[in-house]
Amino acid sequence: MTRANFALLILIVIVASLPLFGGAYALRVGTLACMYAIFALSWNVVGGFAGYPSFATAASFGLGAYVTGILLNNGVPLPAALAGTFIALFLGAVALGAVLLRLRGHYFAIASLSLVEVFRELINNATDLTGGGMGLNIPLASSSGILADAMFFFYAMWGLLVLTALVVIVVSVSKLGFGLSCIRQNETAANMVGLNTTLYKSIAFGLSACFVGTAGGLYAAWVHYIDPSDVFDILYSVKPIVMALMGGLGSPLGVVCGAFLYLGLEEVVWRNYIQIHSGVLGVLIIVLLLFLPHGLISLRWAMVWRKVKHA
Amino acid sequence: MLAVQVLINALVLGCLYACIAIGFSLVWGVLNVINLIHGSFIVLGAYLAWGAYQWAHISPWYALLFAAPLFFGFGYLLQRLLLNRVISAPVLVTLTLTFGLDLILNNAMIYYFKADYRKLTLSPPTGSISLFDVVVPVDRLIATASALALTGLLYLLLRRSKVGRAIVAVRLDRDAAVLMGVDVKSIYAVAFGLGAALAGCAGVLMALIFPISPLTSSAYLGKAFVVCVLGGLGSVSGALAGGLLLALVEGIGSVYLGPAHATTLSFVLLIVFLVARPQGLLGRKGFE
Repeated sequence: MTRANFALLILIVIVASLPLFGGAYALRVGTLACMYAIFALSWNVVGGFAGYPSFATAASFGLGAYVTGILLNNGVPLPAALAGTFIALFLGAVALGAVLLRLRGHYFAIASLSLVEVFRELINNATDLTGGGMGLNIPLASSSGILADAMFFFYAMWGLLVLTALVVIVVSVSKLGFGLSCIRQNETAANMVGLNTTLYKSIAFGLSACFVGTAGGLYAAWVHYIDPSDVFDILYSVKPIVMALMGGLGSPLGVVCGAFLYLGLEEVVWRNYIQIHSGVLGVLIIVLLLFLPHGLISLRWAMVWRKVKHA
Repeated sequence: MLAVQVLINALVLGCLYACIAIGFSLVWGVLNVINLIHGSFIVLGAYLAWGAYQWAHISPWYALLFAAPLFFGFGYLLQRLLLNRVISAPVLVTLTLTFGLDLILNNAMIYYFKADYRKLTLSPPTGSISLFDVVVPVDRLIATASALALTGLLYLLLRRSKVGRAIVAVRLDRDAAVLMGVDVKSIYAVAFGLGAALAGCAGVLMALIFPISPLTSSAYLGKAFVVCVLGGLGSVSGALAGGLLLALVEGIGSVYLGPAHATTLSFVLLIVFLVARPQGLLGRKGFE
């Protein structure tokens, strides 16, 4: 285990102590922080390790939310519904990935972007099953009080984050991770030396979908009401990319730091400039891309490097 | 008769789709940038036409004349000042940058115009022509003719003018163009400006037909995506072919499957094309 991965786990453990410091608001922000970190870590598998610009996060999130929501409405208990969502999303994404990942660059970006549109429209039109544009109501899981509920969902989301982080760390040090970084550097060469690139990419795509989908399921159970324009919001696809660019592409620790930083900024901007919050977000994105193209993590390494040189 | 009506509708709508997509296609083909701000440019153009008509009683046909230089200047400056700085960065960076720009422009429009749907209503209304059982609204017909004219103008510009030849040269082989003495940075800016001008003009035409709201920008952007991929990148004829095909599929789809499924169908078509024929209907392989 490298030092950065160790630091990542410590950071996540620190997040778990959040309920000690505040009430319902801290729990809500904490749950969102864990959700965003799951997004960023998952996106990083396909976007950071394999270097494929995926915009499919919102599709996984929305599908996961709907699969879990429908299962819950049919009387399936929450843990089973989440497990079902996890497996369904993984298998579905592996199959889709095998087809879509033959595309590269811009073309892959657009195909993954249109996945979001396709699934949103499908769910919008399958009114009998999903409620269509009216949305889907999800029954309350328990009646043990608001704060207990918030606590439960915070720890559920946190647990999922821990699982995601462990899997991503294992992937990053395994043969799979090595293969993915070969694909990022030169896919044709990786293919030439006998790497089954299609298989590797599909698995990466599956891994990037299943955790996000399960997070979507938890989100659905948490907010009790979902509708297509909410859970298939294209911003869910873009946010993880911004987080990764903020924190440092490819590094699990970097993207999680980016996710937390992004959430902090979002909360501040949202609270103070409600009318122009997305504009402020746009300015932030541009400033970041122009002045800090390699993310926060590069800042730190650059400083360390300077110190070493001076010593 | 239904078949003829569907066909005519597709023809009218297809030219408009081509007009929406052509600027986007130009920027993608020449600069290799997916310009996510395109949809908001179109909406801004629509507001320009609406405002000019509402406040100064300038007919949308004249609005085209000042929309084009205005948007060209805006696009030129945007490329010169911002995008040229990151133009050589990977896909993700330029795409995210234009996304940020789009957030700003769209938010500004929501702030100033509110998210309400508005409609530019010409008075007196232009009515419609009906021939046998086929009905075509006149304003749509004029918008289509203007869209075709704009497309033709771009075609001539790319074919005949010196700047146009330089743009095509940069698109075909950037390095060779540099060796031939083409100033790539300024060609990039001109191409982006042209893309913006076409988007603005398309917006003016859209204002005649569709309701205007900042929230419609993503729908326009989606159409531009699909048309580009269907027709092939960066070529005028490709955008026209893609636009017509998309309009035809949507028209037939909404007749036989219901209008709710038309969008789904168009995106499914997009994915099928991406996988099976990424160079588009008229594109050549290895050209993208």
